[in-house]
Amino acid sequence: MARILPKKDVVIVGLGWTGSVMANELTDEGLDVIAIERGPWRDAPTDFPPSQMQDELRYRIRHELFLRPDQLTFTLRNKLDQQALPMRDWGAFMPPNGVGGGGVHWNGEMWRFLPSDFVLKTHLTQRYGAGFLPADMTIQYWGITYDELEPYYDRFEYLCGTSGTAGNLRGQIMEGGNPFEGPRSRDYPTKAQTQPFSHTLFAKAARELGYKPFPQPSGNLSTAYTNPHGLRMGPCTYCGFCEWFGCSNYSKASPQTTILPVLVRKDNFTARDNSEVVKINTDRSGKHATGVTFVDSSGETWEQPADLVILSAFSMFNAQLMLHSGIGQPYDPKTGEGRIGRNFTHQTISSVNGFFDKSKFNFNPFIASGSIGMCIDEFNGDNFDHGPLGFVGGGYVGQVQTGARPIESALTPPGTPKWGAAWKTAIKDNYLSTVKPGTGVHGSFYAYRDIYLDLDPLYKDRFGRPLMRMTIDIKENEAKQNRYLTDKFAEIIKAMGATSLAKTYRTAPYDATTYQTTHLNGGVIMGADPKTSAVNRYLQSWDVSNLFVLGASAFPQNAGYNPTLTVGALAYWAADAIRNQYLKKPGPLVDA
Amino acid sequence: MEALADRIIPPDPQTPGGKDSGSAVFVDRQLAGAYGSQEGHYVRPPFINGMKNQGAQSEGGPRKDYRDGLAALDKICKAREGGKAFADLTDDRKDAVLKDIEDGKLELEGIDGKSFFALAIKDVQTGFLADPIYGGNHDMAAWKMIGFPGARYNYLDWVSRHNEPYPLPPVSMVGRAEWSSNNSGAK
Repeated sequence: MARILPKKDVVIVGLGWTGSVMANELTDEGLDVIAIERGPWRDAPTDFPPSQMQDELRYRIRHELFLRPDQLTFTLRNKLDQQALPMRDWGAFMPPNGVGGGGVHWNGEMWRFLPSDFVLKTHLTQRYGAGFLPADMTIQYWGITYDELEPYYDRFEYLCGTSGTAGNLRGQIMEGGNPFEGPRSRDYPTKAQTQPFSHTLFAKAARELGYKPFPQPSGNLSTAYTNPHGLRMGPCTYCGFCEWFGCSNYSKASPQTTILPVLVRKDNFTARDNSEVVKINTDRSGKHATGVTFVDSSGETWEQPADLVILSAFSMFNAQLMLHSGIGQPYDPKTGEGRIGRNFTHQTISSVNGFFDKSKFNFNPFIASGSIGMCIDEFNGDNFDHGPLGFVGGGYVGQVQTGARPIESALTPPGTPKWGAAWKTAIKDNYLSTVKPGTGVHGSFYAYRDIYLDLDPLYKDRFGRPLMRMTIDIKENEAKQNRYLTDKFAEIIKAMGATSLAKTYRTAPYDATTYQTTHLNGGVIMGADPKTSAVNRYLQSWDVSNLFVLGASAFPQNAGYNPTLTVGALAYWAADAIRNQYLKKPGPLVDA
Repeated sequence: MEALADRIIPPDPQTPGGKDSGSAVFVDRQLAGAYGSQEGHYVRPPFINGMKNQGAQSEGGPRKDYRDGLAALDKICKAREGGKAFADLTDDRKDAVLKDIEDGKLELEGIDGKSFFALAIKDVQTGFLADPIYGGNHDMAAWKMIGFPGARYNYLDWVSRHNEPYPLPPVSMVGRAEWSSNNSGAK
């Protein structure tokens, strides 16, 4: 039997970005808050020392900072009639673990979604007619508009010290920024990062082709910055070990650098690490959460009662915990009914590597930051006419190369043998003169009726609970979108002066073995209609009003951008609703 | 393993091959550790063969794959190459055998030869390019060859210097050999 701990005002499940934001906001309100984190505690200076982080084998290839699949993994199938099999090692994505969550080892890209992304279905239907959308596409309204979210975008940007060049300042289009972005109420907190050679060359080529390139908004800072909590960050040194690694230089925005040093000093905050929440408990009515049950590192089970439960684990684990707790009707792809598990999405990613003449180009490709890059947004969202193209959606494309860690970046031009003297000569001749943008084509992934999450009938985790089963594939719409964007991207890389290109398209079937970002979304989606969403516009469960579910699990479909800024903005938005509405009158904030 | 490593990365006058740069040592150490036993991976049954895009469903892990693969490689060499083990063949014959395995023309007994050779290529090359603390890339030979400056931390002065060769030699996470001697001139 579980041992019962003293009751708290708030229990937070998962101490990553959203859990940290919410914990800090609610402790400011005077509430007694406990956060329960599955993974270990991590501090920047001791866990990510700069003498130790430049270890590609340990952190990138062997995944040291990530969740281990033996602790928890997923099963995968592409179609409803297939046998799902477990992901025994990570490939397509890299789930986080531990304090700071994905904020520890992310790249720091700080993108806002487009205003039209929030009202996507209405927007596309008005422009192209309802018949233009694939019959099985289930895109839907977020329940919130860009204008409503803008102050919270701003807040998260200033929390992180974001480096960028504004493209739309209160409606005025600004030279050098992204002209397609929604209006922002003020400029970025810090100027854009300095761009290395290949990124600059990409921008030049793009400009000459008639595009409007701009620096990728970055959570790696261009200059010293003190955030609104009084925490000081330092300028990024372009070490090239950002993605997959932690930053102790206080140059990359993370919970460790922007929130936790303040939060941990508060008397009304407690954290428990290495403790995995296995269930959200509800009373007999099923409509009121009473707290959570968790298992500590010695295998002991505890119950933490609380008045308010914040579910802020990584997106898919939010959906899993809802299903394990029996909260909300599970989604059924056959009937299209049910709330939990629907509109699961990822990101449609591809890239083009460019090989240049080494006698003319020396890129020093190891000089980079995680969110360095020059991008164009002409092919994102509905910034271009899809009418003649026969697909919807899009993404940014850009030279966003995060470094040249040699195990993954010693590339060879197409046609080179994979081993032997020819391979060796080719990596020698190409390492310094190759452009490897990584996730250079960063496309949207819209929602479909038969792409969803549910509990696996066969495979179990270490506690004997069913694993989460992903049913996911690359649909024709996304494949067409990716082909179009990849070809446009290749034209720019070619125009930079590449002598040969290695172009890969994203195609079906969805592949568990190739990395496609860790931007998994949906499953506990927000919306205006309780029939087709799990949480309301304030991320409050329609079923259990003292439960809020934060994170990308709320995205009804995914846009052509990295999700973290929108995830952070939504956390502030939900925190505001709790502070200013819910605490005054606990209960549903929107009538079902 | 050393013979195999030296064909995957042959030596040349400027840069050692897989053997002398330590890739075989790297693979041995990796196999003896967490990697070899799939530590941290999800290894609960059942093991069902699925589609390639669902990811490997291997019960044994790399340590077993290498034991089976290297034994099978010697066995097929002895059968086809006049009783000689792989290591005793000429370089040309070694390459011919490996090429046939890579192309699926030559099957190994008890293991998928194509997958095993792909695994060996990946691991040997990983050792060649990883930090020398793991046993390969001896004296940072691979990093010198390609021009990677290693575990450096601050390129602030270099980010704006476009198309200029970076002048400093590579450094490992544990420094450079010269740092521990008295005649150190390198930075």
